[in-house]
Amino acid sequence: MNFGLTNDQKMLQSEVRKFAENELAPLAPEIDISGEFPKESIKKLAELGLLGIFVPEKYGGSEFDYVSLAIAVEEISRACASTGVIVAVNNSLCAYPIMQFGTEEQKQKYLPLICSGEKIGAIGITEPNAGSDVAAMETTAVMEGDHYILNGTKRFITNAGEAGIFVIFAYTNKELKHKGISAFIVERDTPGFSLGKHEDLMGIRATANCELIYEDCKIPKENLLGEEGQGFYICMNTLDVSRIDIGAQAVGISQAALDEAVKYSKERVAFGRPICKFEMIQNMLAEMATQIHAARMLVYYAAWCKDAGIKRFSKEAAMAKYYAANISVDVTRKAVQIFGGYGYSKDYTVERLYRDAKILELYEGTSEIQKVVIASELLK
Amino acid sequence: MILNDKHLQFKKKVKEFADNVVAPRAIELDLKSEFPHDLVKKMGEMGLYGLFIPKKYGGAGLDTLSYAIAVEEISRACGSTGIFFAAHSSLAIAPIYIAGNEIQKQKWLIPLAKGEKIGSFGLTEPNAGSDASATETTVKLIGDEYIINGTKCFITSGHVADVIVLTATKDPSLGYHGISAFIVEKGTPGFILGKEEDKLGLRGSITSELIFEDCKIPKENLLGNEGDGFKIFMQTLDGGRISIGALALGIAQGALDATVKFVKTNSKNNRLLSRYQSIQSMIAEIGTEIEAARLLIHQSAALKDAGKPLTKEAAMAKYYASKIGMKATNIAIEIHGMLGLTKKYPVERFIRDEKLMEIGEGTSEIQKIVIARQILGK
Amino acid sequence: MDIIVCIKRVPQTAEAEVTIDSSGKDIEKDRLSFDINESDSYALEEAVILKEKFGGTITVISVGYQDTEDTLRIALAKGADNAIRVKAEDFEHIDGYKTSQILKSVIEKESYDLIFAGCIATDDAYSQVGVTLAELLNIPHASLVINIDTSENRADVNRELEEGLMGHLDISLPALFTIQTGINEPRYASLIAIRRAAKKEIKVIGQEEINKDNLLLNTEIEELFIPPKTKEVEILTGSPAESASKLAEIFKEKGLI
Repeated sequence: MNFGLTNDQKMLQSEVRKFAENELAPLAPEIDISGEFPKESIKKLAELGLLGIFVPEKYGGSEFDYVSLAIAVEEISRACASTGVIVAVNNSLCAYPIMQFGTEEQKQKYLPLICSGEKIGAIGITEPNAGSDVAAMETTAVMEGDHYILNGTKRFITNAGEAGIFVIFAYTNKELKHKGISAFIVERDTPGFSLGKHEDLMGIRATANCELIYEDCKIPKENLLGEEGQGFYICMNTLDVSRIDIGAQAVGISQAALDEAVKYSKERVAFGRPICKFEMIQNMLAEMATQIHAARMLVYYAAWCKDAGIKRFSKEAAMAKYYAANISVDVTRKAVQIFGGYGYSKDYTVERLYRDAKILELYEGTSEIQKVVIASELLK
Repeated sequence: MILNDKHLQFKKKVKEFADNVVAPRAIELDLKSEFPHDLVKKMGEMGLYGLFIPKKYGGAGLDTLSYAIAVEEISRACGSTGIFFAAHSSLAIAPIYIAGNEIQKQKWLIPLAKGEKIGSFGLTEPNAGSDASATETTVKLIGDEYIINGTKCFITSGHVADVIVLTATKDPSLGYHGISAFIVEKGTPGFILGKEEDKLGLRGSITSELIFEDCKIPKENLLGNEGDGFKIFMQTLDGGRISIGALALGIAQGALDATVKFVKTNSKNNRLLSRYQSIQSMIAEIGTEIEAARLLIHQSAALKDAGKPLTKEAAMAKYYASKIGMKATNIAIEIHGMLGLTKKYPVERFIRDEKLMEIGEGTSEIQKIVIARQILGK
Repeated sequence: MDIIVCIKRVPQTAEAEVTIDSSGKDIEKDRLSFDINESDSYALEEAVILKEKFGGTITVISVGYQDTEDTLRIALAKGADNAIRVKAEDFEHIDGYKTSQILKSVIEKESYDLIFAGCIATDDAYSQVGVTLAELLNIPHASLVINIDTSENRADVNRELEEGLMGHLDISLPALFTIQTGINEPRYASLIAIRRAAKKEIKVIGQEEINKDNLLLNTEIEELFIPPKTKEVEILTGSPAESASKLAEIFKEKGLI
């Protein structure tokens, strides 16, 4: 792994950082309170090419690599965690599986829509009774003539309220257990589809997180993604990629917390001197900075594995996601601590960051699941 | 793997050496507090000492990254051998390479790099540990000779060293500015070997007190210019932090390897330990942190090789690797249970060896202050 | 319409703690981040807007060290066609006047209808490179430009003056304008544009092509310093009654009442 960034990665970083600071950060407190999906921001992100970062140019993408994906998601999340995850889901959880497993027709039809932001992407894996245990899903797809008939409910789906294109997982053959799961591309206006309740979340509140309800929803046969029974594999393969950018999101949120804490510790005076002069505060800042640095390296490393064409990087992706999420909760907690009572107030950014961080340990595989993945590789 | 083919090949070579030659000696060295003269010689024959030194000075002409890899691999097998190797390479060879003139390089660097002579670095004193500006060892120039007086303590390899790089001040009230660096050879009159420390871990390495009583050294043994001492050892320590980080990492990896082996071959209630999620959770946690520590160390090494500033990154690498190293060795014992406390398994040695890493070459507290200063911008 | 835009890479000091380096003539730059000078980014955007309207090419030029190429590449990604870096490392001390002379010797070999520069650099704040360059090239100029309307070979420009006043000028081309911030809304470079720009070549010009012996240095920095604190602010806290009595105390102490 080359630890330096390339010319185009450096440029991407500086432009996305500027964009995020100027255009996204000012909206972040507002959409956190209102829970409103940042449509205007998404439009601008689409214009810059951030909704299809690694998608080939011929499908409307920007054709960058996965390290660039990590850099971009980090910078966006540093300004606004909600926007960060919207972008991450669009890229890694919707565009990626279609790009990787779709037919030429599917790619030509859907990728340009997703990259241009014309249709927002989402993915449906989780169900009310199937979270970490993916194979416990109850949604079914039954072939009838030229169609699959989809029945079931998906829950906690990021982007759902605004998305136009969904990658949905369902059993085509329950008897085969996880080998009987298949993936489908489902458009929003398909009859039989409806939105369930909108989740009122603790953090990342502007992500249009909703329930998806499918009642005898008729999906054209050609919308099967990959082959029948390939769904579980597609799901796991996709999660490996998305764990890179959830790690990146964690790094971004943590970096924002450190930036805030550094700034505040220089301004806030206690016992006659700025609190940054106290070793206990320096201790926390040093720990935070080290944790963030380590997390960023793990995220870059996982992304680099993907870029280098290493087929199996589940361990590296799980390490990046697990570690970054873990330290993100800790780093934001420390930031609140440095702010004292002010950190508990909505007037200060760290209050939001602390709430935004918690989800990182839960979605796209809980920390416990990541540890199972990591341990199974280490104990091989 | 993070490394390119060249580094991978190199790692494989050192790993084989560590597994086949170093590891079998580790238990004995620890039990008998024996200095591994045989391994010292063999590492020299393998050309491991001057990894980042150009070939014309007897080195291998590789880079800091290769060096970090070598420290990790050797320490994975034996911490005592690892710390000898690290001190010799990055604390004795490095300052002479950084600041020595051509004559000094010819005279001392080449034999050190080839392993014909053993090197050591005398910085710490009874009253000057983390705060090097408190150096009390004095130096006076009289005629063509420097006269050195003072005591150095906790000096790795002191008793066996042929060449010692030393710091001394011409006036303690000058703080950093008064400090210069010198080369002292074994057998110089007035250079007395004090006591040898009996330690918790790294028992196969030698830790010495060195006493200087009107010790006269020729003027040409000054390294760099007068007053350069602080600069020279700060540069040396940036590299030294990479070494200690790599050492901590190697020991942690050794502990993880031993633990993985243990849980795959030992059962409780007719179920392999590796099947228990409590065990998996611990292994995943330390496995992740070890990987992160490795990335921090390799990144610092890459920065050094690119000639970029690395004060913050090297401090982070050292602080983090030693911290997670303690955690990893502790968990390793936890998982081994009572057996982990016995000499039958290497993990009790690992935890004893690892503790030094949080203390040597700047304690964790000092590293955190260095890091904080860097991020606070002052 | 061919436009040349002069840009500068400057340290971002707005929110940073600035300290003086050991020479006493410059600031510590190790920890600062760098970016295009603020008003230069508006100048570049204005050029891109005109190019979109009238066609032609945009050339960005900067006198700077190697890392200035990062800034020039971003300019390429935002719509410039060519980029030139003049090696600052070839010319020891540089002040505003010397920069203008260097730029002149490069620009006089290029064809152009318009030259844009930012109205002020946020690092040294000389505000003179653009204007001096116009004089050296012997073309008309306008400073602090906040609106531009061009036709074939003339331009109507508004200049932003103090107190909300505007000056309206009619200028014949070729001309040089120094651009005020706020004239437009600078765009961000898209990822695809970044990827293309990363591969573009930047022309690098050294002293061989400029003849540095003829360059004059008009000024020399003697010292850069942070002035000593002369005034102190004290914020009175407590209830209105408490702070009023404290205030009265202070007035009395100073002999004001």
